[in-house]
Amino acid sequence: MGDRGFNFSRKLNQSLDLGAATKTGTTICGVVFEAGVILGADTRSTNGETVADKDCEKIHYIAPNIYCCGAGTAADTESVTGLISSNLLLHRKQTDRPSAVKSALTLLKTTLFRHQGHIGAALVLGGVDSDGSHLFTVYPHGSSDALPYAAMGSGSLAAMATLETGYHEEMSLDAAKNLVTRAILSGVMNDLGSGSNVDLCVITRDSVQYLRNDTSNMHRTFRISSKFDDRQEAVIDYSHCGTATRVLHAN
Amino acid sequence: MAVKYADGVVLGADSRTSTGTYVANRASDKITPICENVWMCRSGSAADTQNVAAYVSRLAQEHAVSVSSAGADADEGIKCDVKLVANITQKIAYQNKDRLQAGMIIAGYDRKLGPQVYGIPLGGAMMENPFTVGGSGSAYIYGWCDDTFRENMSKEEAQAWVKRAISLAIARDASSGGVIRLVTIDATGVSRQMIQPIEQPLCDEELPAVKRS
Repeated sequence: MGDRGFNFSRKLNQSLDLGAATKTGTTICGVVFEAGVILGADTRSTNGETVADKDCEKIHYIAPNIYCCGAGTAADTESVTGLISSNLLLHRKQTDRPSAVKSALTLLKTTLFRHQGHIGAALVLGGVDSDGSHLFTVYPHGSSDALPYAAMGSGSLAAMATLETGYHEEMSLDAAKNLVTRAILSGVMNDLGSGSNVDLCVITRDSVQYLRNDTSNMHRTFRISSKFDDRQEAVIDYSHCGTATRVLHAN
Repeated sequence: MAVKYADGVVLGADSRTSTGTYVANRASDKITPICENVWMCRSGSAADTQNVAAYVSRLAQEHAVSVSSAGADADEGIKCDVKLVANITQKIAYQNKDRLQAGMIIAGYDRKLGPQVYGIPLGGAMMENPFTVGGSGSAYIYGWCDDTFRENMSKEEAQAWVKRAISLAIARDASSGGVIRLVTIDATGVSRQMIQPIEQPLCDEELPAVKRS
């Protein structure tokens, strides 16, 4: 390069370097069962190849009868679900009626469509309203599908394989909880972007159970104080995994 | 795709929605109601077409209510002129042609002009045709459709013709698959059909019947 004139190369590089956003490489899914909807999510949040949070919450509150799992950019899923839940709260105050799942869906998809995919939120929306149980997937560009069982995120392929083999109509509560747990676990085990624990959310006509860490894979990932036991290390229990990784012998 | 027959129209579509090589939904519904008597076949970006359909549906129904001849009877459902709906859709598609990836077909029945089929492809043109095919699978069946189409088919003939065309497209197009959905609209109303893969007409004798386990 000559020695005359300006050199803009650093300026250009700087303006392009935005830094990576924390993404939730994720397994999330949902299932419609006989009495309502069950949502499930893993709890790993990643930043590149680093685990940013080992126990984050990916099932977001939308309304008392509606919850939503989020995959994609963590900041976007949090903010878009927060925005829609506020809008629905105002709408409920105005109409004095419980929110419909379709209202949440419409608000979400119009918001996402308006931003043309720049809001990186891939969602599984579920809830029960006067019209029955509903489950939807919503994509970052603003499209949606109504489904009896759904999976999203990087672990969705593993989860969907489990759902496709295990799902049937009008499942009982226990069978459906078991299926969702197994679907999330297959994401946890086979997808690098997913890991840690399983959160569940069971929504029925008259109750909501938010089961935080319903299945816990991380008994302890750090040493406890040397005062008590010097050698106690991480114990990761895979016994619940059933068919797959059944035996992990310590020598 | 959609086709006119003697006293109505038949709309048909496969049910595959894909993101890259992953089938995001194998039982999706690409035939969307705009109002009681006018329906839309969607192809291209799901996000774009779903939102355009919702917007067109709102505009058309607002118009129908404001002219008040329609929509007076709550049980009847709101009815629109097919050409009106097609015109609205074409305007939106053309005005936003650089932002949208949406190929749409508007078809329906009204008392003024009878059965009508309008194709609104990517750039936002609009053409009235006796039949229209669209989407990725359409390239595989244009020739077959031109060769076998007959005007003034009966309802059953038209349904079988659409069924056959879609199953041919499904056999050759990797981006098409799943069930075949049909919507038939005539003066008496709307009826829907769903054809499972096992019941679909065989495409070429080279393909053996799928065995149900």
